Amino acid sequence: MTGPAAKGENGEGKGRRVGGGERPESGTPLLEVRDLVVHHGQLRALNAISLRVFPGEVYAIIGANGAGKSTLLRTIAGLHHPTTGSVLFDGQDVTRLRPERRATRGIAMVPEGRRLFGSLTVEENLQVGATYARPGPWTIERVYEMFGWMRERRKQLTAQLSGGEQQTLAIGRALVANPRALLLDELSLGLAPVVVQRIYGMLPQILATGLTVLLVEQDVSQALRVASHIHCLLEGRTTLESRPVDVTADQVEAAYFGLAPAASARPSGEGSEP
Amino acid sequence: MGWVNAIIQGVLTGGLYALFACGLSLMFGVMKVVNLAHGDLAVVAGYVAIGIITVTHVPVLWSFLIVVPVMALLGYVLQRTVIQSALDRSVLITLLVTFGLSVVIENGLLQFFTANSRAIGTGLALVSGSFTLGSQIQIGYLLVVVFAVAVVVLLGLQYFLSASKYGRLIRAVADDQEAAQLAGADYRHVFGIAAALAFGTVALAGIAYGMYSQLSPTTGTDTILLFAFAAVVIGGLGSLWGTLLGGVVLGVAQQIGAQINISDEVLAGYILFLGVLVLRPQGLTSRRAQS
Repeated sequence: MTGPAAKGENGEGKGRRVGGGERPESGTPLLEVRDLVVHHGQLRALNAISLRVFPGEVYAIIGANGAGKSTLLRTIAGLHHPTTGSVLFDGQDVTRLRPERRATRGIAMVPEGRRLFGSLTVEENLQVGATYARPGPWTIERVYEMFGWMRERRKQLTAQLSGGEQQTLAIGRALVANPRALLLDELSLGLAPVVVQRIYGMLPQILATGLTVLLVEQDVSQALRVASHIHCLLEGRTTLESRPVDVTADQVEAAYFGLAPAASARPSGEGSEP
Repeated sequence: MGWVNAIIQGVLTGGLYALFACGLSLMFGVMKVVNLAHGDLAVVAGYVAIGIITVTHVPVLWSFLIVVPVMALLGYVLQRTVIQSALDRSVLITLLVTFGLSVVIENGLLQFFTANSRAIGTGLALVSGSFTLGSQIQIGYLLVVVFAVAVVVLLGLQYFLSASKYGRLIRAVADDQEAAQLAGADYRHVFGIAAALAFGTVALAGIAYGMYSQLSPTTGTDTILLFAFAAVVIGGLGSLWGTLLGGVVLGVAQQIGAQINISDEVLAGYILFLGVLVLRPQGLTSRRAQS
């Protein structure tokens, strides 16, 4: 029997601390990517990417424009098909599953650019998110409690919301599905720094309900602040994988821009040669 | 008096045209499919109703209860198979596929039912009778009933789309397929439901037209599809009430044309259609124009 509960101490309690807590290196990862290769036409967007996300973690994928971060997240959600490699969720291979089947298993994604339903009201956006919800703590009512303005403006169309409000609604729409893994694609895109701070400030509350977060962020300092693990991509390859506390700013910079010292910056095990 | 009569008749005929058009509008609005077989499917529904009435001698109204659900089911199945596989390649391919479907249906009908036109004999006094307003205006009960049915169907569709779970999903999928998938919705299934709704209204339209006029294998393309297009374009895409307005405007234009010269009835409708395309290509009530 491969009971995930066998290793009692991993994940649940310890790893939840935001910003570089202990990382359970053993036990069953909630989400695992193995040797993922993804093509956009002729272009190889991802080259043998592997990663393991453990329950309760905040796992951040960083990298410059075009590094393949969003492609990686979209492949995990099922919106891209990998050429080779696999995606495992809770130990089961979901590589061949359609996005909607992955969603009902507990993978929710807040896509880049919010992608709210423009002809639906605020409340209807949440209702669509809750249509195929798994049982769990998040309800539309709870989202309203967390964000009072949403209840007052529930009859409005999403075009009437500010960028930050739209992003918050997009997160709410994902939360009401009660996912186990929440994928956040470029939350900070197009938002003022103060708004970004506020949105990332909600993360502890979200994690407290037992979610695991995998996020993509161009803003490295933001990612380093919230993540328990960072994974840097450069042109579709892994250049750095580490806990934030174990790397220096120089190492991150080198991995981000592909400078020479990246080779010495602790490239971790499998499939991650720079 | 002749002009008043023309306008009243035109408005009532507009209900029938709105019934032709709302399924076309729905399928385009949700899955961006221009269903060129739309009119032929209406004719098929009419022929099936004729067959059911001839064979089983059930009252006309019963034929609706059978034909509409059967056509809705056919809509779901066609959408999930033929149309979806075309859609997976490109929206343009759906034009070819539905055009092919139209040719196949039309020739199939010619083969099995000959080119003779048929009407759906109702035998109901309510349907064949009429009442008079003033001294000159005669209004057929049938057109009044069809108009009422069109309004009820549009109200029902509106309610379904705005208040039901699947209606919400249909609008969500029309907005953003990927985002709907991320929320767990299988857009293919949602498309199927939208197609079922569209085919259900097509069935109503076909039977109503068979009662109002006559059906022949080519009626689908030379009358129903063209009038449906005209009503959708005049009214503006994406709005159900625009569809009703488009149908009514088209009907009135035709009747006024007929009032001027009886052979100009159809021409007048198309001149208006062209005029709208030139002067207000987004239609009279386009949502895009407002936002």
